[in-house]
Amino acid sequence: MSKKLLPRDLPEEELIYPGTRACAGCSFALAYRFALKALGRRTIACTPASCSTVHAGMYPVTSLQIPMLNTAFESTAAALSGIRAALDILGKKDITVLGWAGDGGTVDIGIQALSGAAERETDMIYVCYDNEAYMNTGVQRSGATPYGAFTTTTPTGKRQKRKNMPAIMAAHGVPYVATANPSYPIDLYLKFKKAKEEFKGKTRYIHIIAPCPPGWGFDQSDTIRIGRLATQCGIWPLYELIEGKLVLSKVTRDLVEGKTKRKPVKEYFRAQTRFRTLSDEDIQKIQKEIDRQFETYKSL
Amino acid sequence: MSEKLVLSGNHAAAHACKGARVQVIAAYPITPQSPATELLSRFVETGQLNAKYVCVESEHSAMTVCIAASSTGARTFTATSANGLALMHEQLHWAAGARLPIVMACVNRAVAAPWNVWTDNQDSISQRDTGWIQLYCEDNQEIYDTILQAYKIAEQIYCPVMVCYDGYILSHTLMPVEIIDQNAIDEFLPPFKPYVTLDPDDPKVLNLVTFPWIRHDHPHIEKFGGYPEIRYKLQQTLRSSFDVIERVDKEFGEKFDRQYGIFKEYMCDEADYIILAMGSLASEATVAAEILYEEGYTVGVLSLKLFRPFPAKQLATFAKQSAASTFIVIDRNLSYGYEGALCTDFKAALYTHHVQKNVHGYLLGIGGRDVNVDQIMEIVHKSRKAIEAGQLDKETEWINIMK
Repeated sequence: MSKKLLPRDLPEEELIYPGTRACAGCSFALAYRFALKALGRRTIACTPASCSTVHAGMYPVTSLQIPMLNTAFESTAAALSGIRAALDILGKKDITVLGWAGDGGTVDIGIQALSGAAERETDMIYVCYDNEAYMNTGVQRSGATPYGAFTTTTPTGKRQKRKNMPAIMAAHGVPYVATANPSYPIDLYLKFKKAKEEFKGKTRYIHIIAPCPPGWGFDQSDTIRIGRLATQCGIWPLYELIEGKLVLSKVTRDLVEGKTKRKPVKEYFRAQTRFRTLSDEDIQKIQKEIDRQFETYKSL
Repeated sequence: MSEKLVLSGNHAAAHACKGARVQVIAAYPITPQSPATELLSRFVETGQLNAKYVCVESEHSAMTVCIAASSTGARTFTATSANGLALMHEQLHWAAGARLPIVMACVNRAVAAPWNVWTDNQDSISQRDTGWIQLYCEDNQEIYDTILQAYKIAEQIYCPVMVCYDGYILSHTLMPVEIIDQNAIDEFLPPFKPYVTLDPDDPKVLNLVTFPWIRHDHPHIEKFGGYPEIRYKLQQTLRSSFDVIERVDKEFGEKFDRQYGIFKEYMCDEADYIILAMGSLASEATVAAEILYEEGYTVGVLSLKLFRPFPAKQLATFAKQSAASTFIVIDRNLSYGYEGALCTDFKAALYTHHVQKNVHGYLLGIGGRDVNVDQIMEIVHKSRKAIEAGQLDKETEWINIMK
């Protein structure tokens, strides 16, 4: 077995410079930074209307050190098809095409373009950084907002469950689907490396949880802790779907195998103000669902 | 060697794209556009055209693919009609705002509801404010020639161009079309030189959020324009593009013996009445003018090819120099609640340039209702009688309609 990778082993080169327009404590900015360390300079990115539009800076200055195309809200994956088609016809073969979209731009308004691009087997890495609501417009409900969460358009808590987007992408036959969490940067880095190198030329989809201090209601110094809690309580399991086959990542596998103890979901919910209307009964129900899900993981 | 083929308007468009060596095509099927893109996909799959054909899942994505591919440095094409064009609306603004020389064919069709697959200009006219150049064609040869010219115009001034032609009347009607020799096209139309591209060797972020104000706050930049400056440049480019459009047409004429101008005059010299129209409607009007001439009425036809940027000064100058007392504007489109778009624009052009003429607007052929010579003659007689009766301020009238 190879030596365990540590943060200090990652490429030193930063492809996102300091001075982004992200909020203090923003987690997707962190995920982006580690993802680009894995993908390197020969990457063209594309972003729809989202926090990552703002993150890139205001004309004429930018923090990004790779080329990036801003595109309309619903069009990220179609734009990736266009960039790839142009690169192919111009004979530029060594470039990674990266989509970087929020949950609204992915599971709601962008799902049609994404479904089309996946069906066309577009050579791209599509990332959904999921802060579980429309944060850039001021915290409105999205199809990825979890049950019970307060948003400005679900003032008493959302009554429906969120979409399972990784499963939707796997159902398209996408050969590499993974979840990731910026609180586990090495796992995230390695998944991007794998997507780039082992699934080169194919459609790849990575869904990243993106804890959001203002949107979720926690202190900006707690981003990493909240992210860890999400995975440690089982709400955000880390896994890959390789050719449709579920492979649990080490953090989640350790929880399933009992090597580390799974935390109660209540700890996660009560650490954020957005779940303040979620009742203890609801939390118990969700706990049971997570327990059941982990039972199914055991049978893998 | 050039060759003459008998082609539908759609196939003429596809042949023009092949001649232009288009590199990325993205399209979604819609009647009556589909045969154009079907033939293009055949050209690509049989290796007759070295291009990528992206079978997108919507027109919105078709325009997005063109935007992204053009931003990456490829020559791009799409085609659509009616509701498909309406779905692209957001991305039409985007393409023009990002200054991308995309060329598209709009095969004119009425917009639902209710469903209707026949021709009128409501689809393209509804997109006139997006910053695209709009050129209208009268026949299939003109479609072929205009698409070749469109790339040359677009890539000189970095503005997108929409080539419009009437559904069925042109798109599905066979006509002889001269296909120009590839070497001659290559000489006329050099490869696309993008102004800026997505390139890892020279990384740039495109279409960033841009402030309304002028920035002074960056240490490396003395003064940097905001959104209004970017939009001002687009407007300035379009308003000063007449020279480029005419020069390209002239060069095309010198090389290939066909020249169109920004509008075409027909029997206008001694005319008392001049019909102003676009597309196949203008060709139909020339037949009416000939019959009316035999009946003793002098009627000319002005066929407008360039609708955006609007050649207001050129039209006003023409009107001023013309002996005609009255201009009859026939629109196959309508700004609901007012009148046909060409009629409004033409009147504004005359007013701006202090030209006093009678202008009578008519709506004809909406939703593909058959237009014939008799109706156009009827229109001329209506205007003639109104003028003779001293009614100078006649309002727009809808012709051949059950009231």
